[in-house]
Formats: sequence, structure tokens, C-alpha cells
Amino acid sequence: MDTAFSNEDLKFQSEIRDFIKTNYPQELRDSINSKRKLGKELSREDLTAWHKILGKHNGWSAPSWPKQYGGAEFTPTQKYIFEQECAKAECQYIMPFGINMVGPVIYTFGNEEQKAQHLPGILSGEVFWCQGYSEPGSGSDLASLKTSAVKEGDHYIVNGQKTWTTMAQYADWIFCLVRTNPDAEKPQQGISFLLIDMKTPGVTVRPIKLMDGSHEVNETWFDNVKVPVENLIGQENMGWTYAKFLLAHERSGIAGVARSKKAIERIKQIASSEMSYGEPLIQDPAFKAKIAAAELELSALEYTELRTLAKDSAGKGPGPESSLLKIKGTDIQQAVTELAMEAVGYYANPHLGTTLSNEYVGPDYATNLSGTYFNFRKASIYGGSNEIQRNIIAKMVLGL
Amino acid sequence: MNFDYTEEQTLLDNMVTSFVRDNYDWDTRCNIVKSEEGWKEENWKQFAELGLLGVPFEEAYGGLGGKSADLMIVMEQFGKGLVVEPYLPTVILAGGLISKLGSEEQKNSIIPQIISGNIRCAFAYAEPQSRFDLNDVKTSAVLNGDDYVLNGFKSVVFGAGMASHLIISARTEGEQRSDSGITLFIVDTKSEGLTLQNYPTIDEYRASEVIIENLKVSKDNVLGKVNMAYDAIEEIVDISTIAACSEAVGILQVLKDSTTEYCKNRKQFGQSIAKNQVIQHRLVDMMIEYEQAKSILYMAVTADLSDSDERRRAVSAAKARIGKAIKFVGESAIQLHGGMGVVDEYMVSHYFKRATMIGVLFGNTDYHMKRYMTLTQSGIKSSDEAISVSVT
Repeated sequence: MDTAFSNEDLKFQSEIRDFIKTNYPQELRDSINSKRKLGKELSREDLTAWHKILGKHNGWSAPSWPKQYGGAEFTPTQKYIFEQECAKAECQYIMPFGINMVGPVIYTFGNEEQKAQHLPGILSGEVFWCQGYSEPGSGSDLASLKTSAVKEGDHYIVNGQKTWTTMAQYADWIFCLVRTNPDAEKPQQGISFLLIDMKTPGVTVRPIKLMDGSHEVNETWFDNVKVPVENLIGQENMGWTYAKFLLAHERSGIAGVARSKKAIERIKQIASSEMSYGEPLIQDPAFKAKIAAAELELSALEYTELRTLAKDSAGKGPGPESSLLKIKGTDIQQAVTELAMEAVGYYANPHLGTTLSNEYVGPDYATNLSGTYFNFRKASIYGGSNEIQRNIIAKMVLGL
Repeated sequence: MNFDYTEEQTLLDNMVTSFVRDNYDWDTRCNIVKSEEGWKEENWKQFAELGLLGVPFEEAYGGLGGKSADLMIVMEQFGKGLVVEPYLPTVILAGGLISKLGSEEQKNSIIPQIISGNIRCAFAYAEPQSRFDLNDVKTSAVLNGDDYVLNGFKSVVFGAGMASHLIISARTEGEQRSDSGITLFIVDTKSEGLTLQNYPTIDEYRASEVIIENLKVSKDNVLGKVNMAYDAIEEIVDISTIAACSEAVGILQVLKDSTTEYCKNRKQFGQSIAKNQVIQHRLVDMMIEYEQAKSILYMAVTADLSDSDERRRAVSAAKARIGKAIKFVGESAIQLHGGMGVVDEYMVSHYFKRATMIGVLFGNTDYHMKRYMTLTQSGIKSSDEAISVSVT
């Protein structure tokens, strides 16, 4: 048992640190900070600028991808270090849809043409992807999805509606689960995995506003959308297999340990400035106890993630245990967003960045903390709700 | 980074696992805890033969030079078997103090005796008013010629009834709760002036109240420096806390696995109760708590324990977090076993009781939470720079 970094690891760590210091653009940091302070939405450029910089450097935009596809192929320890350093420096996180989701599906199940067409754009950050899984009637019961793809000559004709499509407003492409065989014995057997160009006629994106006022997610409608058959990944009606593969990948990155650590550090700073009973809030026994509880949980989760990574490096891919990381990771994110909101007392109230007010009020650090708390209720729902994750563990790990 | 055992550790793990399997089936254990002595000397001899009694001691004294990870392996397996022999009090707690503070002469005369299984020791530190505070010592020691004379009372001393020697903490100077002024004494349990009131604990271990009345101890039997024992006591209790956490993790694994099995087999309303989602999710939450407990134990075991601040922080984090897991997994195990959970006859209640008492040992969850907060709070700096919080 050994968790100390080797000399190579330490060298790697300082390499990452130096790279971020030299290459993370100050204007990006300023742009994102000023928008956050005013509760404004981030632009496509804000979301992809850092991705594009990493994409030009040894495949660092894709830490897990094999070298043969242009990725960095980091070891588990390197991945851990990389995430830590990016979180510490508060780098904008890389959108997961291309790098963590469809990319691995394409290089694992796609053909040579698909790899050549799509992987470079995902890697470089030039092409923006979104995910077409959920439908209004298909949330946790994803396999009940209805969006249909009917083959006509060398095209599929796609009709239906996807929902919760995150950042579809910026997306160039969407990867979709579509029903190609409505008569299959089991609903899982009639599903295919299709890549669709968002510029195709018949694709319509409509915003869904979340309770914090943010626009992250959308409805995406397909009205007789013609999709070339070359855009089918793998075999027809085998999409469910690829979808499950993707979900396991999605979950493994979802713990967000490094970012929660950073968030707790920030809360401590805020609570050192905020006063309660004439003393810094950080001295308040009740508040202090909540911070400590979050820290302990996070410390345990960090080692759970390290144990999973170590297993991963022994060649055992992310299994159903990654559901545990999703459950605990999002529990902690929610606890932490709540603590941050709680820390600022009355200044949880102002809702900035709406059309009603563009004025900046309260301490800088207080802006939008309540918005983030409200926004993060999503975390225990998305990516397979935490109840669904428990079902997965019950079935796959405990054998119930 | 890896969490694999070394070859030696795998051997150790296999050895303790086989010992528990071959010598500690449930009926055997029931007979041991019901016996007058409350432990089995035969088992102790086997520990000696297997080399287990030498795990943490330096090679120079015949030990194996093991570290916290090695003790974790032993204690985790002992936890799985609810092994009641006084390994923690003798080898880790008292043995740790002797290794840390003993003179060459003391180490040479005592450690080989512990390793060979000839003697057992216990550490008498807690007092009725001290609760978990190691510096709260009222028992007094006054120098009179070449002897110290001790008077006082020690509470719930685990393994004292099986020990040939006690290590007693006593105040030689200072206020009741002062860190300085505490001295350790090695005393033969048969000494005049020492009365042991032995009793079983709720989880079927053995402990004693120790009444000290004009107990004469030669200056030669002071362990370490006069007035200066506190730091060593804290350190060795911390190391012992990691061992107790390891035992707890072994117990939690048994509770989680046996409850899962029980729910699969128990049929109500014509089906296994594990078919009910409400049961499934409870079992999953037990598994998550177990994994989190194991993870934070690994954190503590791999921490740099030679750095006293890191050691304190890691130990208290682990004990507080594992305490929470003990409560959830333990109480859930009983609940899901239904009526079978509350009876003495079935083993689950015994695991629950032991885990719960480990929750108290060396400080409960609240105690360690507070200690952890005191330690980490000093690292908090107030910041006048503008900060914005983002967790996405």
C-alpha cells in the first residue's frame, strides 16, 4: 500500500502546474469571473477556450484516450494529478460530451471513417457535442425512448423529441439513441446509436430555463431529419450496449473530488469573512461541524476514487462501483453548494444578471451562491438518478 | 499509487484469515467468552508461534518491524472473527508505549516476553472524570525516597485481568488537565496496593476497574521521562485508534455481507425480502458506508504518521467517519435482520455490539470530530481578496 507520489509523478505534477500557469489565459479567467459575478451565462468561447489550448498540447484535452487516437493516455495517478491541478487553478472544466462520452464510443465501436471524421474535432475542441438520450417520457427508464429512425435508402429519417440536452444551443453535433426496431422483443434491443449534425434541416432547439434562471438545457426536436446511414455507430439495434458503455464512462468522472475540495476551501475563506455572533462564522460550532463533516466525507470519497483508479490501472475497467462515486460525489457537491449559500446569510437573496437589474450588490464572493445551490439539485438526478444508481449497485454488485 | 498488499502482507493476511477460520468458529468463540477467563491461552500461544505478537516491534527485539498497514491487516481479520484475545491492549497499546519510551533494559526485558507470549500487558489511563481526555489525570505519584507512591483510580482498563503488568499514567506534577506532569509506571498486577475489579463488557471482552492505594513503584520502573509522557501517550493511542478502526472495518464487512445474504434468503409475502427496493437501497447504503469507512482507513494508514499534526488529523478524521459508518451499518444490520437481529443467539447482534463499543474506544465520533476541527481550523486564513465560488 502506497499513496505517495513517485518522483516521476511529482515531475508530472510540476509540469502540469507550470503549463497551467503559463498557458491558462488571464482574459478567460477574467471573462468567466466577471460573468459569474453578474450571473451571466458563459459563451461557447468561454466553455471551449481551455479545451482548445489543451488540445494542442500532447492530447491533454483527452486524458483517458489512447495515444493512437491522439489522447494523452495518462496513467490513473496522472489523471488524478491532472484533475487536482486543474481544479486548484480553477480552470474551466472541459465539457464532457465529446471527450468523455461520444469520443470513447467512437474509437471503441466506430469505423475508420467515423474515427477520422470526428475524433480530431472532439480532441481539438473545435466541434461542440451534445447528448440526445433523455426524452419527455423516458428519464430513468431510458430504454423506453420513442424517437424513431426509419431507414429510407441511404438515410435514416428521424422523428421525435429529446430533452435535457445540455448546451445544445452551442452544439454542432448530437449523439442520439433512436429506436430503429419498434417490434423488438425487449425495448433495449431496438435501439441504435446515431450521430446527427445539428445543422440538418428539421432539428430545432428550444431553451429550458432552470430554477436559478440559467439556460443550460434544452428541448431538441427532430422533424423528418435526414441522417446519412454512415452516421450509425456500430451495428443497428446494438445502441443500448454502446449507451451502457458510455454511461459507465460518464459516471467515473462524476465524483468531482478535486473541485469539491476547492469549493470547501472557498467556503472556509468566505466563512472567515462573514460574521456571526460577533465572530467569524468559521468559529461557529454548528457551521464548523458541517464543514468538517463535508471534509471527512470528501476525504473518504477521495480514497474510494483512488481505489477505483488503482483497480482501473490493473486493467479492470470502471464497473458498477462507479455508481458509488456518482452517488457520494453528487451528495457532497450538493452539501457543499448548500454550505456556500448558507455562509453568506442574507446575501443569498439577490438575483443578479436578470433583465431587471444589472447592478452589482453585496460581497463579490456571495454572487449566485444560492443560484448554484438551486442549480445543483440537478446533480442527484442527472446521469442516472441516485436512486437508479442504487438499483444498479443492488443488481450488479450485491446480486439482489 | 497502489493499494495492493506486498507479498509479506499477503502472507500475513492469509495467516490471520486461516487462524480465524480454523480456530474461531462461532461455537468456539461462544465458549471462550463464556469461560471464567474470557480468553483462551491456547490461542495466545498460537499467536506467538505465528509471529503475530511481534508484528509492530523492532527487529532488534525479535519483532517483525511492521507498520500501521500490517497492524491493519491483523486487526481487520480479528474484527471479522470477533477475536477477544487482548491483542490490541497488549501488543499495540502497552507494547507501543514500551517500544516508544522504554529504556534499553526495559525493552530487552519486556518486549521479547510479549513476543513469546509469556506475558501480557495493559494500559491504565482512563479515569472516572477523564472521559476521553488523555491529559486529564488525577491519579497521583509522589516520590518518597527511591519509590514513587501512587494513589488513584483507573477506569475500564481493557485486558487488565489477563495481564501480568500494567502501565499506569499518573500525575507527578501540574494541574489535573495539564499535558505536562504526566508520568508512566510499569507495575506488576500482583503488587500490593493494586486492586483489580474484573468484569465482562457488553460486547463480551474483559475489562477492569483498577484501584490504586499507596502503591509503591521503584524509580527504575518509570517508563520514559518523568513528567513528559503525554506526547507519547497521545501518539500510541492514535496508532491504537487506527488499529481499532481496522477492526471496525472488518466487522462492518461482516455486517454488510451477512445482512445482504440474510435478506436474499428471508422470504415474506411469498418472495425474498431483498426483492423490495426499500431493502435494496438500504443494503446499497450499507455498502457505500462500508466502502467509505475502508477508504478513510486507507487514508489514515497511508498518511505520514511521523508528522504529528498529520497523524492527529488523519486519525481523528478516520475515527469520526468510521464512527458514523458503524452506527449506520450496525443499526441497519439489526433492523434488516428483524427479530433475528435482536436476539443473543444469532451472531449479528454480537458484531453490532463490538462495533458500537469500538465507536466509544479512544474517543467517540463527536470527540474526534471536535479534535479534527481544532486541528484543521488553524489552517484557515481569512482572505481579503475577492473570491467567487464555483463548484461546477
